Amino acid sequence: MSATGYSAKEGKKNYLNNGTSIRSWLTTLDHKRIAILYMVGVMVFFAIGALGATMIRLELIRNDGFILEHDTYNRMFSMHGIVMVFFVIIPSIPAILGNFCIPLMIGAKDVAFPRLNLLSWYMYITGGILAAIAIFSGGVDTGWTFYTPYSSQFSNSNVSLALFAAFFAGFSSIFTGLNFIVTIHKMRAPGLTWFRLPLFIWAQYATSIIMVLATPVIAITLMCIVVERTLGLGIFDPTKGGDPVLMQHMFWFYSHPAVYIMIVPSMGVISEVVSCFSRRKIFGYPFIAFSSLAIAVFGFVVWGHHMFLTGQSAYLGYIFSILSFMVAIPSAVKVFNWAATMYKGHIWFTAPMLFALGFIGLFVVGGLTGLFLSSMGTDLHLHDTYFVVAHFHYVMVGGSIMGFLAGIHFWWPKIFGRMYPENWAKTAAILVFLGFNLTFFPQFILGYQGMPRRYHYYSAQYLPLNVLSSAGASVLAVGYIIPLFYLIWSLKYGRRVTSNPWRAVGLEWMTSSPPPTENFDHKPVVTWEAYDYHYSEIDDLPEEPESMMYLPEDEDAHTHDKPEAAVGGEV
Amino acid sequence: MSAEAAVQEHAHGHGHEPDLMHQFDTMEQQNDAYMTGMWTFLVTEIMFFGGLFCAYLVYRYSYPTIFFDAHKHLSIRMGGLNTFILLTSSFSMALAVRAAQLKSRKGQLIWLAVTVLFAFGFLVVKYFEYSAKFEHHLVPGPYFNYEPTTSLVNNPHFNGIVSQIPGAQLQQWAQMFFVLYFCMTGLHGIHVIIGIIVISILWWMVYKGHPATRYFMPIEMTGLYWHFVDIVWIFLYPLFYLIPH
Amino acid sequence: MPGPISMPEQASTFANAMDPLFWVLVALTVFFTVIVGIMIFAFGIRYRRGSKASRKNPVHHNLFVEVVWTGIPLLMSLVVFVWASEVYAFSRRMPKDALQVYVVGKQWMWHIQHANGIRENDELHVPVGKAVNLTFISQDVIHDFFVPAFRIHTDVIPGHYTNAWFEATKVGVYDLFCGQYCGTQHSEMIGKVYVMEPAAYQAWLASGGDKQVTKRQSIAESGEEIFNRFQCVQCHGFAPARAPSLVDLHNTPVRLEDGRAVLADDNYLRESIIDPPKKVVEGYQPVMASYQNSLSEDQVLQLVAFIKSLRSGNKAVAPAEGNRQEGKQQ
Repeated sequence: MSATGYSAKEGKKNYLNNGTSIRSWLTTLDHKRIAILYMVGVMVFFAIGALGATMIRLELIRNDGFILEHDTYNRMFSMHGIVMVFFVIIPSIPAILGNFCIPLMIGAKDVAFPRLNLLSWYMYITGGILAAIAIFSGGVDTGWTFYTPYSSQFSNSNVSLALFAAFFAGFSSIFTGLNFIVTIHKMRAPGLTWFRLPLFIWAQYATSIIMVLATPVIAITLMCIVVERTLGLGIFDPTKGGDPVLMQHMFWFYSHPAVYIMIVPSMGVISEVVSCFSRRKIFGYPFIAFSSLAIAVFGFVVWGHHMFLTGQSAYLGYIFSILSFMVAIPSAVKVFNWAATMYKGHIWFTAPMLFALGFIGLFVVGGLTGLFLSSMGTDLHLHDTYFVVAHFHYVMVGGSIMGFLAGIHFWWPKIFGRMYPENWAKTAAILVFLGFNLTFFPQFILGYQGMPRRYHYYSAQYLPLNVLSSAGASVLAVGYIIPLFYLIWSLKYGRRVTSNPWRAVGLEWMTSSPPPTENFDHKPVVTWEAYDYHYSEIDDLPEEPESMMYLPEDEDAHTHDKPEAAVGGEV
Repeated sequence: MSAEAAVQEHAHGHGHEPDLMHQFDTMEQQNDAYMTGMWTFLVTEIMFFGGLFCAYLVYRYSYPTIFFDAHKHLSIRMGGLNTFILLTSSFSMALAVRAAQLKSRKGQLIWLAVTVLFAFGFLVVKYFEYSAKFEHHLVPGPYFNYEPTTSLVNNPHFNGIVSQIPGAQLQQWAQMFFVLYFCMTGLHGIHVIIGIIVISILWWMVYKGHPATRYFMPIEMTGLYWHFVDIVWIFLYPLFYLIPH
Repeated sequence: MPGPISMPEQASTFANAMDPLFWVLVALTVFFTVIVGIMIFAFGIRYRRGSKASRKNPVHHNLFVEVVWTGIPLLMSLVVFVWASEVYAFSRRMPKDALQVYVVGKQWMWHIQHANGIRENDELHVPVGKAVNLTFISQDVIHDFFVPAFRIHTDVIPGHYTNAWFEATKVGVYDLFCGQYCGTQHSEMIGKVYVMEPAAYQAWLASGGDKQVTKRQSIAESGEEIFNRFQCVQCHGFAPARAPSLVDLHNTPVRLEDGRAVLADDNYLRESIIDPPKKVVEGYQPVMASYQNSLSEDQVLQLVAFIKSLRSGNKAVAPAEGNRQEGKQQ
C-alpha cells in the first residue's frame, strides 16, 4: 500500500522503491520496511480497539445499558483493553518509530539482528490474529487484567486464546527490546558516544530494558493461567491451595513496568520534537537521559500500588507507596526540562510541536493524578473507579498516543519523503487535545464521585458527566480519523521534501528522504553534541524558505501522471 | 530461538569478510553483538523461569511440611543421574565450541553428537520419571492421589495425620508440589528439546559444510544456550529433589 | 439528587479524614499544571519564531534549577506520602468496640450477617455515630466492597478474610458497589447502606430487619450451633488435651509447632478451620480434619464469630453475648 506512490521513475533508489511486490515486503529484513509493516498492523488493531471504545462510550450515553447486553459490554471493554495495550500502545512507538529511527539516528545500516526483527513482527501478527479470532469468535470477558480466579475458573469466554495472543505479543516485544539493546550498544557510528546520543535513543534503551526484564514474567504468568484453565490445576486457585493475589503480583510485576514501556518512548519523541522546533539545544540533557533510566529502574519496584486494597501488609503498602511517589520525580524533571528548552528558543508551531505541547499538558495532568493513586489514603477511595480510568488514559492516550502522533508527523517526511498537509494536521492536533480533555476530564470527577469502572448500569447521578464524556469522545474520534485520511492522502499527493525539511539536527536527517536501503551513502562520523542547534545565537530567524523544505519539481504533484524528472542530489 | 535465527542470518553473509553480515562493519563488532544479544536473551529466559521460581517460593513457604514429604516421591538417584548427564553434556558442548574455534570439523561433529546423545539420555530418564508419576497417580488432575510417605505418618509432628484427615488439604498441597514440579521441569524439558533441535541442525550444517559453520559464532551461542539449560537444572534439582527438612 | 459536579456525600469519619488530603492533591495538581502551562504559553508567545525578543546568553543546563525542580516536588511528595500514610493508618486502626458485620460476596450479590444473626442481601443497616467493623470473604471470584460516601473500598477475596471499618456520620441511604470486576452482572452487584438514628436502628434490630422470623439467633449462637453439631468441644474442651483452648484466643499471639509466632486473627481462625495442619500450635499434634468441604463461608464466619465471643469470665463454651451486643454495654 505504502509503496504505491513510488516508482522506479523517481530516480534515486530508496528503501520504498527497492522492490514493490508483496513478497518483497513480507520477507524484508530492512528495519525501515519492518517499521512500516508494524505501522499497518498497529493501525488495524487501533481500528479494532477504537471500535471497542466507541461501543463503550455509546453504551454509557444512557445508564440503563440500552445497546449492549452485560456479556457484550464486558467483552467490549476487555477487547478494547487487550487490543489497545498489547497490540497498539506497546508496539506503537518502539516497533514503528523505534525500528525506523534507531539505526538511522545512530548511523547504523540496520538493527543488529534483522531476521529476529522480522520474526518479532510475525510473532506480533500471530498474536494479533489469535486475538482477533478470540474476539470475533465469541470474545473475552475478563478485562485486560485477566484476574484469577475469574479468568481461570469462572469465565467461559475465549480466555485461553486471548492469553496465547498476549503471550505472542509479549515475545514480539521481548525480541524487539533485545534487538534495540544490542543495536544501541554495539552499532553506534564512530564518535557517537553515549552522551551524544539523541534522547529518543536513551528512552528506547530504557524501554528495551523493561521489555527484556519484565515481559517474560507476564508470559509465564499467562501460561500458568492457561494451564489452570485447560488442565484444571490450581496454581492461583484458592480452593486448591493457591493464592489469587500471587497472580496479581506477577501480573503487575510486568504490567506496571509496561506502563513505562508505553510512556518512556513517547517522552523520547517529545525531547526530539521540542528541541527541534524550539531551535534550542535541549535543556539538561543528562537529567533527561538519566531520568529515563531512573523511571525504568523505579518502575520495577512499585507494582504493589495496584494491590493496596487486597489486604496486603500495611508496611508493604507504605514501601510501595513511597516508591511510587519517587517514580513521579524523574517524570517531573523531564517536564520542567522540556519547558525550559523553549526558553529563548525560536518556537515554530508546526503540527508535531502542537502534538508535543499537547503531550506535555496532558502528561502533567496524568502524572500528577497518579499521585492520588500512589497515596494510600486517597487510593482507598479512588481505586478501581473512573478516576483510575481517567488517570491512565491521560498517561497512555494523552501521553503515549499524543507522543506517537507527534513522532509520526515529525518523521513522516523522512519515512515517506512527502509532507503531510500542515493545516489539517494542526486542526487534528487541536481537535485531539480538546476532544481528549472533554472525554476524560469528566471521568476524574466521576471517579471521585464514586462511579466504579467497568459498570454499564450505573446510578443516574453519573449520567450528565457520562454524556459529556461520550460527546468528547466523538470529537476525539474526529481528531483521530482526520490524520488517518490525510496521512494516506499524503503518501501520493503530499509535497516531496528535501532530506531535512525541519532543518533538524540528528543523523536521520543527514540522509535522503526516504532513506536508501542501506541508510547512508557513507558511514557517518559524529563530531558534534546532540541537539546542536545554533540558531539561538541569531537574534531572528527568517521563515523557512520553501526551497529548504520541499523539492522543486513537486509543484505539479497534483498532475501526478506526468513522468517526474529524476532527482539526483539533495538540496 | 535467537541462536537459530542467528544461524540462519549468518548463512547469508556477504561483503569483504565472507561471514560478515551487511549491517556490521567488523567481525569484532558482529561477534560482540551476537554475544550481547545472546546474554540479553538469557536474562529474558531467567526472568521467564523466574516467575515460576517465585510461585515455588511462595508455596513452599506456605506448605513446607508437605513439600518436604512430597519431594520423597521423586527419585534422588534418577535426578542425580540426570544432573550428571546434563553436566557432562555441557562439558561436551564446551569441547564442541573449542573444536569450532580450532576449526576442527571432526571435533565439532563428534562433540555435538555426544551432546545430543546426552540430551536424549536426559529425556529418557525424564520419561521414566514422568511415567512413574503416572503410575503412582502423582500427575495433577482428576486422578491425582497422594499417599504420604511412612516417614510423614511416623513423624511425631504429624502423628496420626493420615488416619484422621480426610486428606483434601494434603492432596491439594501435594498436588501444588507436583503442579510446580511438572510445570518447571516441563518448561525445562521443552528447553532441552529446543536445544536438541538446534544442536542437531547445527550438526547437520557442519556435516554438510554449510558456509555458516565456517564461523564459530553459531556454535558458541548454542553452547551458551545449552549451558543455560544446564544451569536451570542445577537450580531445579535441589529445589525439587533435595529439600532439607 | 446531587448535580453533575457535586461532590460525593461525606458520610463517614474516614471521609472527613481523606477529603482534605484529596483536595490538597488537587491543589498540587492545579499548581504544577498551571506552572507548566504558564511556562509553555509564556515561552511559546514570547519566543515564537520571528518575535523580536532577545535570545542572548542562552543556557543549556543549570544545576541549580535542576536541583530546585527535583527537590521541591520530592519534598512535596514526601509530605504527601506521610500524610497519606497517616490517613491510611487511620483506616486500619479498628476501634475496639465496633459493631461486627460479616460480608460474603458472591456472584453477584452481597450477603451480610449481623452479629445478632440478622441476615440481609444487598442491604446493610447500621447506626449513625457507631464504628462498624466489616469482615469480608468471597465465595467465588474477587469482589470489592465499595461505599463511595464512606470512602471505603476493600477487596473481597476468596481464600482469606479482609477487613475494613467505618463510622457513619450522617443519616441517609448510600450506594454500595462492587468495585472489582467480577463477571457478567458486575455492574448490578450493588446495594444500599442505610445509616439510621440509633433509636431507629434499635427498632430495626428489634423488628428483625423488617422480616418476620420467630426465633433469631445471633451469629455467635449460630456458630455455637455449628460448634456443637460438629462436636468441636470434644477436642477444644475445657481441659484441653488434644487441642488448644479457644477461650481468649482471638487477637492473642500463638506459638506454632515450627517455632513461628502468629497472631490469632480472623484469618488465622479461618485457616485453622479450613487448613488445620498449616499452622499447628506448639505442643499439639496436627490431628484436626479440614472442614473446607463441610462448611460454607457463611458458616465459617459464624464459627469465627463464636470463637471470638469466647472470653474468660463468660462460661467457656457458651455464647458470650454481652461482648457482642455493644448496645447493652454502653
